[in-house]
This record gives sequence, structure tokens and C-alpha cells, in this order.
Amino acid sequence: MSKYYTFKIKRYLPDENPKIRWDVFRLKLNSMERVLDGLVKIKETMDGTLTFRKSCAHGVCGSCAMKINGKNRLACQTLVKDLPEKIEIEPLPSLPVIKDLVVDMTLFFQKNDKVLPYLINEEPPPERERIQSPEDQHKILESITCIMCGSCTTSCPVFWTDKEYLGPSALLKAYRFLFDTRDRAIEERLEAVTGEHGVWRCHSIFNCVEVCPKEIDITKHILKLKRLAVKKGFKGGPE
Amino acid sequence: MEINKHYFDTVIIGSGLAGCRAAIECINHGTVGVLSKLYPTRSHSTAAQGGIGAALGNEEEDSPEWHTYDTVKGSDFLGDQDAIEIMCYDAIPTIIELEHMGVPFSRTPEGKIAQRRFGGHTRDFGKAPVRRACYSADRTGHAVLFALYEQCQLKGVKFFQEFQVLDIVIENNKVQGIIAVNIKNGSLHIFESKAVIVASGGYGKVFKVTSNAYASTGECLSMLFRQGLPLEDMEFFQFHPTGLYGLGILITEGARGEGGILINGKGERFMERYAPTIKDLAPRDMVSRAILIEIREGRGIDGKDYVYLDLRHVDKKILHERLPEITTFCKIYMGIDPSEAPIPIVPTAHYAMGGIPTDNDGRVLRDIDGSIVEGLYAAGECACVSVHGANRLGCNSLLDTVVFGRRAGKSASSTLKNAIKGKVKKERISLIADCVDMIRKSNGKETVASVRRDLQTAMMDKCSVFRKEEELSVLLEELQALKERYKDISITDKSTTFNTELLDAIELGHMLTLSEVIASCALHRKESRGAHCREDYPKRDDENWLKHTFAFQGDKGITLKYKPVKLTRFKPEERKY
Repeated sequence: MSKYYTFKIKRYLPDENPKIRWDVFRLKLNSMERVLDGLVKIKETMDGTLTFRKSCAHGVCGSCAMKINGKNRLACQTLVKDLPEKIEIEPLPSLPVIKDLVVDMTLFFQKNDKVLPYLINEEPPPERERIQSPEDQHKILESITCIMCGSCTTSCPVFWTDKEYLGPSALLKAYRFLFDTRDRAIEERLEAVTGEHGVWRCHSIFNCVEVCPKEIDITKHILKLKRLAVKKGFKGGPE
Repeated sequence: MEINKHYFDTVIIGSGLAGCRAAIECINHGTVGVLSKLYPTRSHSTAAQGGIGAALGNEEEDSPEWHTYDTVKGSDFLGDQDAIEIMCYDAIPTIIELEHMGVPFSRTPEGKIAQRRFGGHTRDFGKAPVRRACYSADRTGHAVLFALYEQCQLKGVKFFQEFQVLDIVIENNKVQGIIAVNIKNGSLHIFESKAVIVASGGYGKVFKVTSNAYASTGECLSMLFRQGLPLEDMEFFQFHPTGLYGLGILITEGARGEGGILINGKGERFMERYAPTIKDLAPRDMVSRAILIEIREGRGIDGKDYVYLDLRHVDKKILHERLPEITTFCKIYMGIDPSEAPIPIVPTAHYAMGGIPTDNDGRVLRDIDGSIVEGLYAAGECACVSVHGANRLGCNSLLDTVVFGRRAGKSASSTLKNAIKGKVKKERISLIADCVDMIRKSNGKETVASVRRDLQTAMMDKCSVFRKEEELSVLLEELQALKERYKDISITDKSTTFNTELLDAIELGHMLTLSEVIASCALHRKESRGAHCREDYPKRDDENWLKHTFAFQGDKGITLKYKPVKLTRFKPEERKY
């Protein structure tokens, strides 16, 4: 079943005109099609300059996060039939816009780099795999599903006001290694996440949880991170 | 014209599994720069679901010898057996190494890497299914890619994200470096190096229905081909049996490994007729054909063009723990819960067995005699070693990327000491810059989208699971017409900032080249083997066709040469399951 939808899209084409404008496109889409299909259709048949990121088109690569009807989501995972007939699309908030729906994610990725985002274990490895019980593996199960799309951090009011705040995505990454029984860098990593712009700044606003396309309960992970920090003697934070 | 120059001992194109694994090897011996047209973890490796094969024997008895046999048989005896043996024996230390790097594998109750059944994986040379697929739920590619990328970060590999490669520069049979554009601002960058490893992935986007990402367009293969280098076995393209109907999104073979079955419109478990021993876990080429035969003979669901993958009888706990991702896909995209309703599926273009020919150490071959291009390597889906032959077994793609990514990295590193630094000449840079500018300024009557759509439709209709001479000949004519239309395209976005319309146009030119190679190779192979099924030549013909195709760009079109298959332990036999 096809239906007409109106896509109202926030445009920024710096080579053409540095002013932001809103363009409206009307197009027919069927009930299986996604917002990304709509964007592709517009680019293919109405306006070749419309610019957005895309790749896997089924919610695993994290390229096409954008703000759709006021909420950060993946365009490839949002079916038009689940939205009202008027669809308003903007780039992810609070990051510099490069062009149209493409934001500069450098700052977002830099935060990730700060939490030592890799398994650290300098002990000589055993001949076979390191043993990890299914229960221990389950502790990190949810956190490893993150696709780094940026929906969470850019929806966080703390990040909006403090651009140095590590933000939900990087804190989740820290959790992923801190709770991995194979990792040996607990102290260094806790040091990295408990600074002035670290874990204590999370006020459990839950915006991140609400927008996460992989339905990760990020706030729960951050709370566990705080508890671990306290247990290990990393108290305090900003007054 | 402003040009940014870089030097790295080794330059790697692509940041998926093969590229990252190669980088980890190379960084111990010199400087490494990795280019990706996406952010590294968005590479399509991340979409691999079901597992990575290795005869660890964690769940039940298994051996690398059985793995070798299964892979040879799965390849319909076109795989080179020396390479397959290397892969299957290397598999064990390679997977253990991945675990040490931090891959969060699912675990057995004893805490070892968990393993499950998969298509074509058998014990004791085909007697019964075996648990060989190591997995991390149904997000195995994602789990491995993140761990490898993270280790690259730890070791100081330099990444250039959102850089599109425009040219791989080879002069005097030696790789000199590459020319790339920074997508963000359109600036040109030259990367000179001693070695280049191509790990750019697949090109499923030449087909209309595919599990592949938008980025899987194969331009690097075409760049080498246009310079006179061969492409091997391009007629072999795998269609995965279970793509979501209407979308092509992959539903892992692991779903059948965990007990899922295929049923037709009459409610029959039809794979019992096609593969009596291992049924739904037969290799992909056979299952895809079986599905399409059922549909063709009117036994699709309600007579329509799809069948069902039924998981309703699978324990909900297993769906939740081992197949959460595909369960979510079904809910999001089809509005169904697989524990309550069967999943409508149809085969989807999935994996290129063919690619850039290499030896067992990733060195790119320039002819059928084994001669190489100095400093040039390839690994992963873009390469053809060949370990997959005419049909790849599930879980062998991830394995191929890490085993041969590692080997390519090792062999590239071993030659660095005596290698000369490459040099990219100014004339070559100007040529590329002019080319890009010309495309940017094109003002013809066609759009990139319309030519691409017609290409994808033509390839799907005439060169997918079933093929015939007549249709392939028509296809080749259509491709000529599409190439003419491509010359008359128009680009509306004239800007230098994040110009994806321009990149789409560049990719399309390369997709046209690759499609012509695929169709030519398919037309000339007059037999049916693995994924290449010729309805006019339905039998495998070992006497005439037990050989690899090497396609070259000649002065008057594509020329083909053939190279014998390396047979060691296993003599070709009839392929029954």
C-alpha cells in the first residue's frame, strides 16, 4: 500500500549558500519503505544535491543517524508507515554540520578515544582462548552491540552544554572493557572516565536510552560504571 | 591545484576485517595508513552475522581436515586445495588470536568459544552436521571488526576516514601508491608507499536485490582491471538463500544452524528432496536454486515468489540469545515475530567468490603463470586466492579475511626492507583530477540513478542464480548501451564538499566495468558449477572446465585465459549432500 509523504528537510549547502533553509518534497512510498528509501528517492529523482550518509541500510553500520520528527534515529530503521504523513528531518544536533544531513563526527569519535577503547592485557596469552563464563560474557553483551551512530551523545543535554563531556557512547565503551573479565586496565580506564567531564556528569536523564537504535539501556551501564568507580576509590567529581 | 602528500610504508585500502587484520601485522614493521570511504567500523564486515569457521572442537569432535574437505566440496572442486588447506589449518590459531585481541565470542558453559552448525559444515567427510561456526550471537562480523579496529588504534595505525580511492598507481610493474579524495572537502591526496594492500570488499551492488551495503561497489577491482591486470572467476557470485523478501536483508544461515527449516507453499520441508542428508544445511548455491525451483514450479507461498524460513519451533531462549539481531530485523522490517510467524524469504546477492587473483600470501598475480605485481597485495572479498572456488561455505568469508589479511600483511612487511619508495607522477595526478572534474561538470541527459537502476535490474534478470547463453548475450549488449548512456550523465551537485552524487557517478562507471566482466566470464563458462548455473549446460564438466577464469582488458574488449585448479588431496567427485 503506497501513500504520499511530505519530507521537510533542513538544508545546508555551504558551497552554494551559507544560509540554512528548509526544503519540502512530496513523494509516494510504500508501507515497507524507510525514511532512508525516501531520502534516496529524493536524491535520485528530485534533487541530486541532497546529501546524507548511508551504507548498510539495515541498522548495523550506524551511518545514517539523523533527527527525524524531533528524535535521533537511524533513517534505515525507521519505517515511514510508523510516522505521520509529515516527516521533518534534520542533522544530528549539537555537532557542526558539514552539508545537509552530514555532521562532523570528529568530536564524537575523539571522546571514544579518551577511554582507552581496546582490550588491554599484557599477560602472556594462554595457548587456547581465555576462559570466560557465559555469565561473565553476558555482562558485556548489551554494551558490545553499540554501533557508534552518535544518536545517544548528541541527544544528551549534558553534552549540549559541556562539549568536553565524554557522553553516553564513550562511557558505554569504557563499560564494555571495564566489565570484560579479560581486561587488565581497570585503574587507567577509571582514571580516564572519572575526570571533571566524565562519568559523574551523567544525571540519568535517559535521553540516550530513549533514542538508542539498538535499545541499549545506556544509563544502567553508566550507573554500574559509577558504582565501580566508587568501589575502587574514584570518588567525587564536580561540585 | 593543491595536493596533499603522504607517505606510509604500507597503505591499505579498506578498513573491514581484512584491512584491519593486515594493518595489525604491518604496524610492527613500519608505518601504516588505512583508507576507508566510510568511518572504519561502518565497513560491511560489520554486517556478517552467523560466525567464523574453525575446527576448534569445543562443542564436539572436529578436525581441520574435515574443514578442508567441506570447503573443497563446497567450492564444487574449483577452490585451490593448497590454499584451502592453509586456511583451514590456520583457522585455529587465527581464531584464538582474535579471542586474545578481545573479540567477545559467545561461550560454552565451560567458558570456551561457543560453536554452532552451519551450511555445509560436516563431520567425517560429509556424514553429519558438525558445530564449527564460532560466533558472537548473530553479530559476529561486528564483534570481530570492532576488536580489530580497536587493536589498530592501540597500535597506532593511522586511519583516513571518508577518503575515496580514485586510482591505484602501478608503473613498471611496481605499485607506487594511490590517489584519493577526501570526501569531506574534495581535496586530492597522494599516498606514496612501498606496499599497497587492497582490502576493499565486495561488489554486490551490481545486483538489484542484495544483502550488500550501498558502499559495496567494487571500484578498486575495476581500477586494477582497467590497467591490464586480471580478475579471476568473476562468474561466480553467491546468492544467499535467505534474504528478507522485498528487501534482500540477510537472515543468517545460523538460523537454520539453530534448527530453522525452509517450507514451501504446500507446507513441505522441501530441502529433504534436494539434500537428503543435511537438508536445510546444504551449501548456499544448492539451497538458493532449490528455493527458486520451488517458486518457479508454483510452490511458493500462495503461489507467489517467496518461501518461508520457519523458526517457530526453535526455543525462544535460543532466538533471544543466539539470534537476537535477525529477530529484531524481522520485527522492524516485516512486522513479524519469528517465534510466532514464519519469515518470508528469497535469495539475495551476497558474496563475490571471484576477485583480484593472489597467491597464498596475498601477492597480486598479473597473469596465469604466477608472475606478480611488485608491492601489490589483496585480501578479503575483493581477492580471489582461491579458497571459495565456485561456491563459498558459510563462515569461510570472515575466516578468509583474517587468515589472508594476516598473511598479506606478513608478506608485505617482509619485503619492506629492500623495497623502494613509490613515486606518483604529476601527470598521473593531473589526469585523475581532470577526470573527476569532467564527471563533476557533466551535463548530459541521463541520471546516475537511472543508469544504475537499469544496470542492477539487467544483472538481476539475466545473470543471477540461473543463466543461459541467450540472456547473457543480450545482457552484454545491454551493458554496452548502458555504457553509452553513462557517457551522457548529468551531475547536479557541482560542489566540492561531501559530493556523494559525484562519488556515486564514479562508482557507477566501475560497476559497469565489473558487470561486463561478470557477464563475459559467465557467458563463456559452458557448464554448471557451484553458484554458476547454466540452464543450457546443466552438468559440471570437469574435463573441460575444471579451471579458473582470468579476465583481462584487451584492446578489443575482454579476453579470457584459463588456469588449472590446484588439486592435492581430494579428487573431484559428484557433489551430493
